[in-house]
Amino acid sequence: MAVMEYIDAIRLAMKEEMEKDESVFVLGEDVGVKGGVFTTTKGLIEQFGEDRVLDTPLAESAIAGVAIGAAMVGMKPIAEMQYSDFMLPATNQIINEAAKIRYRSNNDWSCPVVVRAPIGGGIFGGLYHSQCPESIFFGTPGLKIVAPFTAYDAKGLLKAAIQDPDPVLFFENKKCYKMIKGDVPLDDYTVPIGKANVLREGADITVIGYSMPLHFCMQAAEELEKEEGITAHILDLRTLQPLDRDSIIEAARKTGKVLIVHEDNKTGGVGAEVAAIISEECLFDLDAPIMRCCSPDVPAMPISPPMEKFYMLSKDKVKEAMRQLAIY
Amino acid sequence: MSENQKLTDVVMPQLAEALVSATIAKWLKQPGEKVEQYEPICEVMTDKVNAEIPSTIDGVMVELIAEEGQNVSVGEIICRMAVAGGAPASAEPTPQTASAVSNVTSAAAAGDQSMRNRYSPAVQTLAAQHGVDLNQIQGTGMGGRITRKDVLAYVEKGGAAPRQPQAPEAAPARAEAPSPFKDLPHADPAVTPEQYIPVQPVSERNSGLHMSESPKIPPIEVERGERETLIDVTPLRNAIATNMRQSVSEIPHAWTMVEVDVTNLVLLRNKLKDEFKRREGYNLTYLAFFLKAVVNAIKDYPIMNSVWAVNKIIVKRDINISLAVGTEDSVMTPVIQRADQKNIAGLAREIEELATKTRQGKLKLEDMQGGTFTVNNTGSFGSILSYPIINYPQAAILTFESIVKRPVVINDMIAVRSMANICLSLDHRILDGVICGRFLQRVKENIEAYTLDTKVY
Repeated sequence: MAVMEYIDAIRLAMKEEMEKDESVFVLGEDVGVKGGVFTTTKGLIEQFGEDRVLDTPLAESAIAGVAIGAAMVGMKPIAEMQYSDFMLPATNQIINEAAKIRYRSNNDWSCPVVVRAPIGGGIFGGLYHSQCPESIFFGTPGLKIVAPFTAYDAKGLLKAAIQDPDPVLFFENKKCYKMIKGDVPLDDYTVPIGKANVLREGADITVIGYSMPLHFCMQAAEELEKEEGITAHILDLRTLQPLDRDSIIEAARKTGKVLIVHEDNKTGGVGAEVAAIISEECLFDLDAPIMRCCSPDVPAMPISPPMEKFYMLSKDKVKEAMRQLAIY
Repeated sequence: MSENQKLTDVVMPQLAEALVSATIAKWLKQPGEKVEQYEPICEVMTDKVNAEIPSTIDGVMVELIAEEGQNVSVGEIICRMAVAGGAPASAEPTPQTASAVSNVTSAAAAGDQSMRNRYSPAVQTLAAQHGVDLNQIQGTGMGGRITRKDVLAYVEKGGAAPRQPQAPEAAPARAEAPSPFKDLPHADPAVTPEQYIPVQPVSERNSGLHMSESPKIPPIEVERGERETLIDVTPLRNAIATNMRQSVSEIPHAWTMVEVDVTNLVLLRNKLKDEFKRREGYNLTYLAFFLKAVVNAIKDYPIMNSVWAVNKIIVKRDINISLAVGTEDSVMTPVIQRADQKNIAGLAREIEELATKTRQGKLKLEDMQGGTFTVNNTGSFGSILSYPIINYPQAAILTFESIVKRPVVINDMIAVRSMANICLSLDHRILDGVICGRFLQRVKENIEAYTLDTKVY
């Protein structure tokens, strides 16, 4: 067990899987000599050589296409998209090829590829370095999507994703890289894909979220309990596709008051699906309208600091939403 | 705060992407000094950049909160400044929201009962379950609304009619009423998408399932779909099986082990190996040293080099060492002929050649014949102890296990030494404990006798 940063946990997961399995390799822009723009792949080229840590041209469609092809003939590639904002040229490869190949070939072919992409804003990255593209891929059966919040889950879920026999999108939050630290076992463990996790027990309201905004939720919950005696039950979805229906239902029934929090914009986001599940399954357990606290439906993250602050979630915004639901 | 002065907090700004904290290197303005807008107030260091933080206002430095050398998180207050001329600094939003909230709560307390008769599904469910008259309950929610918790608290205090004598814990035992959507699987909320597909006995091939189920990997099918894989026995596999069975069933095996201090050998090899590789082009392995030690011990105890022939024992004069070489799916025992005629360098070369030939599948018949004693380097795959099967019809087989550092007592002092185990399986028809013990002691002495001056040529 060691306390490490979220980014170190991700690097360790790749290192361990590459040591264990020779068919695992990394490819992406600047992942080799530079070690990744965020240093996520730092040191891998020294350890595994340039045949297993490939610097690619600036062409995301090629990165995904090469990775998918390699996966279909038995390799286990980890394709890195430098920012998830740059991922869109690869959506055809990911949605039309990777997600469908097992179905289309009647189970003869499969595609055990992992696509890693940093999501999220609040880093003065502006339009093209801050987006959350979950909703683009979310409604695609055939893809699995994970978005860890803790360092423990980052390592365990990435290892599970690499070992998974089907395509997995691994959305890591770039703001979490250095901000989130936690205990990470140094041994070989995985976190199961498709299982949510209760971060905090509480009786007044249920908060369901994923990735970085949970940091605000946890802080706000802490303060609300101390200041006003409001206790929040917080569920980390961890996996977005497939959603853990049972855990969502259980968490919703616990308090009957549900707040869904995510950084992706509100309309058509993951929260809408979570709300739909709850309304389908738990109508008679609801004590308040299902609420969402998400980023506004603005075309992109603004670069101007006050505007970015307006766009981004914060502890205060989440706390206010939680309090409103608690006093309802 | 004086009348025409407003204090404003200066926070650590976000200087770079993914930055969460920075260290104050030096304060450039001290309390009392005048500061103009855009004038640097301090220097900060981060792991990415060193920068100056400019003032966002005209004013006077009032108080330094963060000290030089202190690491400050982004967003934390580093100092306080007074705004010149009382111009209002950017107002924090918190006071507004706080007052909004207190408005709401006070409104509720002040007897706003607009939501008093709006019952949520949860409240109605609980009220029906416990036979509660909702008119008896004081609502604490917004607009006097009765919340789920209000009902639960009322029930707990014993306010419920004793219609159901059970504790509120029994609530989850909800009635399993038939779903009105029963015949409409695509609309029935109780039916998950993956359940749309009626469950059928698993057919021969399976696909198109929703991905929340982990997909079934098709079993490799040989003949009729058993959940087993049938692998053809190759002639090589067959030969290994025959030899192993013959050895185990004919030869009464016995087993013994000694441990050897190889610290000096490790030092010797580390001294020589790079130069050796450069000069000879192949590796100087531990195995070469071990083989030399074994061959010399066999010379002293020739009975190790023999064969059981029912009414007599045949002792071989030539010492031909069979070397067990493993591949992914087999083990071969090519032979180093006349091993007693070779020095350590020569043995290293033979090992390299035979191992390469084995892995490339290029062994010839003459490479395989004439072995009189077998050595297996089990340490190469990490074993520390093994019970080898004799290479029929030889008299014994010896294994070298992994070299591991261990605390060892020498002259009543504890030392960290490189240790290795040597295991011997013997044909108890030919050999007994005493002779084998002596033989192993000789191997041990030979190995421990290596020094930094030992020559490999």
